[in-house]
Amino acid sequence: MKKISNLTVYRKFLSIHLRSLMQYKASFIMTLLGQFSGAFSAFLTIYFLLRRFGTVEGYTYQEVLLCFASIYMAFSLAETFARGLDRFPAVIGNGEFDRILVRPRNEIFQVIASKTELTRLGRLLQAIVTFCYAIPASGIDFTPDKILCLVLMVVCGALVFVGVFVIFAFICFFTLEGLEFMNILTDGVREHGSYPFDIYGKEIMTVMTFVVPYTLVQVYPLHYLIGRTDSLLNLFAPLLALVFLIPCALLWKLGVRHYKSTGS
Amino acid sequence: MSEAAKQPSFLHKYLAFFHIRFSAGLQYRAAALAGIATQFFWGFMETLLYNAFWRGDPSAFPMGLQATVNYIWFRQAMLSMFNSWHFDSSIFSAITGGSISMELIRPCDLYAMWLTKSCASRLSRVVLRCMPILVIASFLPAGYGMRFPEGCETAGDVVFALAVTLISLIGSLLVVSSIEMFVYISTFYTLNHAGVRMVYGMVAGFLGGELVPLPFLPDGFYDVLQYLPFAAVQSAPCLIWGGTLAGMDALRTVGLQFIWAAVLIVTGRMWLNRSLKRVVVQGG
Repeated sequence: MKKISNLTVYRKFLSIHLRSLMQYKASFIMTLLGQFSGAFSAFLTIYFLLRRFGTVEGYTYQEVLLCFASIYMAFSLAETFARGLDRFPAVIGNGEFDRILVRPRNEIFQVIASKTELTRLGRLLQAIVTFCYAIPASGIDFTPDKILCLVLMVVCGALVFVGVFVIFAFICFFTLEGLEFMNILTDGVREHGSYPFDIYGKEIMTVMTFVVPYTLVQVYPLHYLIGRTDSLLNLFAPLLALVFLIPCALLWKLGVRHYKSTGS
Repeated sequence: MSEAAKQPSFLHKYLAFFHIRFSAGLQYRAAALAGIATQFFWGFMETLLYNAFWRGDPSAFPMGLQATVNYIWFRQAMLSMFNSWHFDSSIFSAITGGSISMELIRPCDLYAMWLTKSCASRLSRVVLRCMPILVIASFLPAGYGMRFPEGCETAGDVVFALAVTLISLIGSLLVVSSIEMFVYISTFYTLNHAGVRMVYGMVAGFLGGELVPLPFLPDGFYDVLQYLPFAAVQSAPCLIWGGTLAGMDALRTVGLQFIWAAVLIVTGRMWLNRSLKRVVVQGG
């Protein structure tokens, strides 16, 4: 029998999610607007503070907005497409993972494909609108290397968030329930990472570099983007951050090996 | 014994509702622990952020750094009381699902019952969460940790500020719960609460000082917003405990909070009773 590629399967999943979502259009639009309004509030906070103070640690309003939009875009992409990992406690709790294990596909692929949360694109919308303003207003000359820098920030940022989701899922294998306070490393980073992490001081920089390499997709490439440095190390720092995905993958494997069904 | 003595007193009923909801709220200890960790982290990052702004340009601050830091920690400790996104889902489902008819059978004033439940649930949540945050925040170094309000020199000043803050918190609880009632009552008309909740969240976030403390808004905003009911929720007690509002200003603010509470409760109750006249429960 001909093997169907993962991509085809994923497309099938996506079209199912999309069609089921469209059954509840009004609810979808409301949730989308709700997500947008949350992100808009975050934007307003930056607006009011930077309007009053002008700069923070040398960063201008537009530069902070670039940081805000890139982290929001990375987060919303991760949350939209890897929402299956975010709801992993439910997947384990209701026995869905048992069914996943007997199917001839990679487990993590199935978990990720099991849910696509398109309502989270409300945040993406805020990020896009912000980019539309901040990119021309920042006065940065967007040469190909700067464009690459911004793309790397968003794409690798999203992957780092996915990595953190994988770690949450790994913990779920043992606790069987979500650990609420862990969202410090996701929602917390989304909200407070709207400002470059170096304004919070050295300790936060250390944590956000060595615990989870968020600075590598945020402060360091941002410095390249806004022309504070010409170092190519800063430009390619986001690629370095992807090393973080290796321990995430190993932990996941360990989790799967230790998996005991809840019996549901 | 006379018949009247067997009847529970008027207040007794509502105290019982309060007690039930309050003890139910105290059961969620794991959720409270997670809440404490998150609220603490949020407060910590925010104090660092305002410190960064302070290093840049202290003259642009509308209030002192310590007052700002006090505001942040006090807000984080009391967040589960002030927040505009916590609702009692059983009230929504009573309205949309029709079990409101059961509520109406009870020999109670529906508004008073719901208000009591809402206050109790907010209070139980904050009782579980506030102390650890307040204690840890008090031990953080100066400029980052919580201290007595700015301008308090004698023990008498501190006692006064503490007393006014506590009374102000009661005012906040009444105002935020009575605003919450308006969201419930609007469900009689819309049957879908998502939209109203979203708009309320946005408005309260902006006008109530959830985004930035109200004095940090552009000049002139605070002069107006301080008189609105939204400022009577978190802004009033937090500014009093920061020392930004002291003496007569603090007392005036607290007075205004209670005026708003009275106005909101009276109009909310009137609106609810009007809505109940046209309620149609479609069987089921």
